[in-house]
Amino acid sequence: MSETVVRVAEGPALVLAGYEGEPLRSLGSYRAVGGYVQLEQARTRDPQAVIQDLIESNLRGRGGAFFPTGRKASFIPTPDKIANPIYITVNADESEPGTFKDREIMLKVPHRLVEGCLIAAHAIQSKRIYIYIRGEYLEEFESLQGAIDEARGAGILAEVEIVVHRGAGAYICGEETALLESLEGKRGQPRSKPPFPAVSGVYASPTLINNVESIATIPAIFAVGPEEFAKIGAPPDSTGTRLFCLSGNVERPGVYEAPHGITPRHLIYDIGGGVPGAHTLKAVMMGGSSFPVMTPDDLDTPLDADSLGKKGYFIGSGVVTVIDERTCIVQFALRVAQFYMHESCGKCTPCRVGTRWLVQLMRAVEDGTATEADLDLTLDVCDRIIGKCLCVLGDSAAMPVASCVTKFRDEFREHLAHGGCPFGADSQLAGLFAPVDQHSHTPVAQEALV
Amino acid sequence: MSSFYDEVQELRLRYPEGTRSAVLPALRLAQERRGWLSREAIEEVADALELTPAYCYSVASFYDMFHLEPVGRHTIDVCTNVCCGLVNAQAVLDAFERELGVRPGETTDDGEITLRAVECLGGCSTPTIVAVDHVYRQSMTPEDVPAILEGLGE
Repeated sequence: MSETVVRVAEGPALVLAGYEGEPLRSLGSYRAVGGYVQLEQARTRDPQAVIQDLIESNLRGRGGAFFPTGRKASFIPTPDKIANPIYITVNADESEPGTFKDREIMLKVPHRLVEGCLIAAHAIQSKRIYIYIRGEYLEEFESLQGAIDEARGAGILAEVEIVVHRGAGAYICGEETALLESLEGKRGQPRSKPPFPAVSGVYASPTLINNVESIATIPAIFAVGPEEFAKIGAPPDSTGTRLFCLSGNVERPGVYEAPHGITPRHLIYDIGGGVPGAHTLKAVMMGGSSFPVMTPDDLDTPLDADSLGKKGYFIGSGVVTVIDERTCIVQFALRVAQFYMHESCGKCTPCRVGTRWLVQLMRAVEDGTATEADLDLTLDVCDRIIGKCLCVLGDSAAMPVASCVTKFRDEFREHLAHGGCPFGADSQLAGLFAPVDQHSHTPVAQEALV
Repeated sequence: MSSFYDEVQELRLRYPEGTRSAVLPALRLAQERRGWLSREAIEEVADALELTPAYCYSVASFYDMFHLEPVGRHTIDVCTNVCCGLVNAQAVLDAFERELGVRPGETTDDGEITLRAVECLGGCSTPTIVAVDHVYRQSMTPEDVPAILEGLGE
């Protein structure tokens, strides 16, 4: 049983600083690498100055939305302006297919997350932090809870309380307003925005919501200084490092910390050892399964939001999943669509019905019962989902499916001409069982649409 | 063992008074005790939280980890999302189906083991991920399946 590879691929080490292969789970081990020093210093400073430093660092959200963390913190009203308590919620509901970095933070450097939480709490003058961790993460929960308890025992939390709230299996709860609903003890269905969480978040109170990696990056910002941090990576917008999640058909998959701006080619071939065997790279699931797939001609695009954005890609949660030539791209699109159909909360019609429709269309192409018109229909359905719902879950199904149809149209046509999948059993995703009918969140019969 | 009611009151203290935040932790606790969320279990949760059973059921039914039907003494969850799928997830799932004689979502006749296919478990660099009674086993292959099942038999 092999362990996940977690290492700093290229300096500087920020989130993984001090981690040399042995998890820094105990307070002593974290203190030995300079842990909680930044918290002590931050607490001697004016909260507004701490927020200003976060803004200057230009730290962007690592969960997928890439929103400026410092600016988000600056939206939170100060305690003298509001009667309600101010909350922090940390999004540890890591569920984006291909993403496995937040759990490694909680397993390897849990105190860094705690320290980041406490610095953020000082900055926005919050006394109450909820960390929403996905229910499937058991060891991660225990590691994190252990770190919190030890920090509390040592008096490090001071007046702040940190509660770890466990989810119960729902991808949508990674969406910030669905997370708030779930934390409030409801079904995890996204809210309409505005009001934004900074104004009315959990319990109708101002709430700062950040991803685990974003928060765990905060101590490093103060360790190197915000000005220096802002020079790391691909400034001005993509500052600092990322924990890239390399997986799929690649020799050495793992979590690799590296600065923004390295190329997928470098990550896949130099750091990751390339595609195993005599196989060749066909596509990359870039940023997560929610985004357009990358084709081999774009492998030299720097992994920063700006460079990727110019070519229609997203950095997402740092996912780079390699797909080799054996895989049928229709099967890939089908499996992705099935995932989003299963995870759609059912609140908005374009998503609830659209994701199901996409599954049926991809299934028809794969089985050879579709026509050329169905390919155009697929793009039309995608277009009628994107931007039409309360949250981006529907978009997350539409973008990858549309990108597959557009970029691999010839392969889709081969299916039509061949009367079914030309790959047969050779494709690695052939006949892959998807849990669409198990406990689906959407109470619509599968046959309802066609 | 303290009573379920008392334990739920402890859970409520983690959250502001008058909120429903303890619903998920209480449902989890009920399921841990009873194996699945029967009608009685849901009613017990509702009583302890001063909510209606209908409300608690509506919440429970949203989340994949809550079992609204009986499940086996052990659960085996095989990830069949893309990253595990690209390596050998289907072969691993097939091996479990063969050994257990059940389809995904079903429980063995003796009520011992429930097999499920699940969405991404976040272990994408060590496929295939199999969660055995919620504990992740990494880099599982079809060859590992007999040993996993033997381990459960002991």
